[in-house]
This record gives sequence, structure tokens and C-alpha cells, in this order.
Amino acid sequence: MKYKSVFDIIGPIMIGPSSSHTAGAARIGRVTRSLFGREPKWVKIHLYGSFAKTYKGHGTDVALMGGILDYDTYDPRISNSLEVAKEKGIKVQFHEEDAHTDHPNTARVRIGDDDSDIELVGISIGGGKAEITELNGFELRLSGEHPAILVMHNDRFGAIATVTQALAKHELNIGHMEVSRKEVGKEALMVIEVDQNVSDDVLKELEAFDNILQVAKVVE
Amino acid sequence: MKILFRNVAEMVELCESENISISELMIRQEMNVKDMSFEEVYGQMEKNLDVMEKAIEDGLKGVQSHSGLTGGDAVLIQKYMQNHEPLSGDILMDAVSKAVATNEVNAAMGTICATPTAGSAGCVPGTLFAVKNKLNPTREQMVRYLFTSGAFGFVVANNASISGAAGGCQAEVGSAAGMAAGAIVEMAGGTPAQSAEAMAITLKNMLGLVCDPVAGLVEVPCVKRNAMGASNAVVAADMALAGVTSRIPCDEVIDAMFKIGQSMPTALKETAQGGLAATPTGRELEAKVYGINLKKE
Repeated sequence: MKYKSVFDIIGPIMIGPSSSHTAGAARIGRVTRSLFGREPKWVKIHLYGSFAKTYKGHGTDVALMGGILDYDTYDPRISNSLEVAKEKGIKVQFHEEDAHTDHPNTARVRIGDDDSDIELVGISIGGGKAEITELNGFELRLSGEHPAILVMHNDRFGAIATVTQALAKHELNIGHMEVSRKEVGKEALMVIEVDQNVSDDVLKELEAFDNILQVAKVVE
Repeated sequence: MKILFRNVAEMVELCESENISISELMIRQEMNVKDMSFEEVYGQMEKNLDVMEKAIEDGLKGVQSHSGLTGGDAVLIQKYMQNHEPLSGDILMDAVSKAVATNEVNAAMGTICATPTAGSAGCVPGTLFAVKNKLNPTREQMVRYLFTSGAFGFVVANNASISGAAGGCQAEVGSAAGMAAGAIVEMAGGTPAQSAEAMAITLKNMLGLVCDPVAGLVEVPCVKRNAMGASNAVVAADMALAGVTSRIPCDEVIDAMFKIGQSMPTALKETAQGGLAATPTGRELEAKVYGINLKKE
């Protein structure tokens, strides 16, 4: 059963016009923001496929920016997000790309400030659902059928155990998990698919542990 | 976590054996799946109802999309109804105007509730707020209308598709219209079996509907298709309440819809490469919207 809840059918509450071009795009933006952890000073977005062709009419640009400003899919401020960004002095650039991608609705989002930056690739898979396929050069494989969380952490012993123990304590069952790192002892990434939606409280709890850098929810 | 029904036949059978409505069955299933209380499940749906009501209000005041392709038709229809006796009757035209209102708000980037998608968001609320004037339902009956719609949509989504890109517009507006028809029957006092007949009759008449949005936008012809989906639903509900049945059972109609979607060329599945999108005027509008002449293969 692909759809388990009646609210997948009646819902989500969202800003129109398209669940995949608007709501899904907003979610990609918001995941980027929550992984970055604060408001960025600059935003560079590359759009591919159908996103590149129709983003203005579908409000994909304002939706992505709205997500980066931490607005949810139903937040009416989404339609003014580009003006809000301008008022806040955030530099925003959009690039339409011709390159072919695996998914027709693909965005590469880079955001940052003077201290650091983050880059991810997101796809909008329909009905407002979004997936992240790449984060800071780490390739991610998520089925999109289960709620998933991303945990950026320092590659140290015990980091993974503290996270999985916390999930066990909250009776959250892990269905699939991947860990990858660029270099031994440097920044690493856990991708965890769970059976139930993870509450924001649990995410905050995870983030407070030693060696955990950032935590974000990817699929609702 | 327990799924109680997987298809329409199981749904009707369970309702009859337990002597409950489809909305009640959907609520019980949701409580099981999400491990939530009745109040939590009901409350979440009531919020969706509020959003739908507000979208209709906004649309009836008049909105315009950024592209300029849609907006203002809901107002025209309401004015027409005030000055004329509509040939198709008050309820039908009211449902049409409210479905249009919802989709015009969607196209104008207003707030809507996807039912089952954003592009097909007009059928269920359009019919609900039109038959409301005739049937005078309680607030709870209105919330239950959404659960009944959702039950049919749940079956379609899991056994066929509710996405235009996957199955053409029959999967979006077609499904939405069928969902609405089933819910109208329950609100009007019909049996679960009659709801299923209404769903089958509606979907049968939306089969083969292609998804061919001009300029790739959820505007032309989506807004007017929601209007026709809504009227289709009202008529089919009346037929089912009259005792008319579908010779092809509801689940087989859903399966046929799925197979038709699979055999449809991609040009007619939300790619803006065929149908109305590829007409000379469709292409002209596209060039105007984007300020360039987009060449499509």
C-alpha cells in the first residue's frame, strides 16, 4: 500500500498551484534551511528539467525560497518570499539548466553565509513529497516511502550508537540506514529511514548529542 | 497498524456487516493506522474543511493567476446565477462555480487543500458546499463528507493512480469527481453500496481524460475540468440514489482507469507536449507566459 493515510488523499493544505512544483519545492527549500540551521546570506539555485521550464508559472522559485525562509507548504508568506529575501538582504540567484537529470523535477540548492555553506540536490516526486538525492557531495538513496532523517556528524566512535539508542528509546524502528564519510575522522552523514514520523522534539534531542552537527527530516 | 479495506468491494462489505457508514469506516482505519484518537483524526480533517471553505470564499470574491490565464470565472458564474435561472439547475451551477473558485485560488497561489491533488482540488469542496445549501448538513456531516471522499481516493491511489503525470487527468479530476460522488450519496442518506455505484458511474464517464496543461501550468484546462468533474459527480450521485447501478463494478472501473493511464502516450500525461497544450493557441499562450518561444520536441 503506497498510501496509508486518508490525509495523503485529503491534504496537504498547501499554497497552489501544483503539489509537485510548489509544495514539493517548498519542502526541498525547508530541508536545506533546517540542515544549514540558520538564515543564509546568499542562495544559489539551479533548476533542471520541468522545474527549469515552468518554475516561474508554478511558483517553484518562490516556493524554494519560502522553504529556505523556513515557511511550511501552507504558509501564505510563500508567495512573497522573494521580496522578503530582498528586504532581508539575502542575495538570491536562479539558474535554468539544460542538463538532463534522472528526475524531471530536480533542484540543486546552495545556501550559505560568511562562515559556511551547504549544497544539496532535491527532487519533487509528486503529491507534495520531496526527496534529497545528494548532500554536500554525499549521494543519498532514499525510497521516499518512509519518513527519513539526515544526521550530519563528526566521524567519531559512539556517534552512530547514541543516535540509534535514542531512536530505540522513542520506539522508532529503523527500516534502512546508510552511513557515509568523505575522510576518516571528518564530517560524515547518517541517512535513517524509520517506520513512523519523527517528531521535532526527537530531532532536537538528537542534535544535542556530542559530535552531532545537524539533523533534518527529509520525508514526512 | 491495520488496514481494514483495500478495495471498494471490501469497503462496502465491511460497512454492511458492521452496519456503519463509509466515513465511519475511514475514521476507524485512520485511527488504527496512525494510532490516533477519534478527536485527533476528526480535528485534522476539520482543519482541511476550514481551508476549503476559505478558498471558495476567496475565489468567489475574484482572483487572478500570475500568468493571467485564469481567474474571475467563478465570479461570472455567481453573477449569472443571481440574474438568471440556470438551465442546469441551481445546485449544479453552484457546484461548478465553487469548484472553479477553488481551482482559481490554486492557480493564483492561494491556500488550498489538495483533494486528492492540487490540480483536482475543486471537485470535492465544490460539490460539498453546493449540496450543503440543499441538504443542510451538520458540521460533523460535512467533515464526514471528506472522510467518505478520502476512502474512495484511498482505494484509487493504492490500486491505480491519482497523478496526472502517471495516469492522465482521469487519475486526478476523474478520481476527485468519483470521490465527490460517493460522498454526496452518503450525505444525502444513500447506502454505502449506492456510494460505490455513484463512484463507478462518475469514473466511467471520466475515463480516457488526458492531462494536457497549456504552458505546463495548472490552469488551462484544469480549472474548467474541475467544474465538469463536480457536475458529473452531482448527476451520478442522483442516478445512484435513484437506484441506477453500474454494470461494471467500481473496482473494475478503477482498474480499467489504471490500465488506460498506462497505455496513454507520455505526450498526454502532464508534459505539455500534446493535446490542448500543443494547439496553435496553446503554444501561443505558452510563449506569452514565458516571454519566449519555447520549442518542444
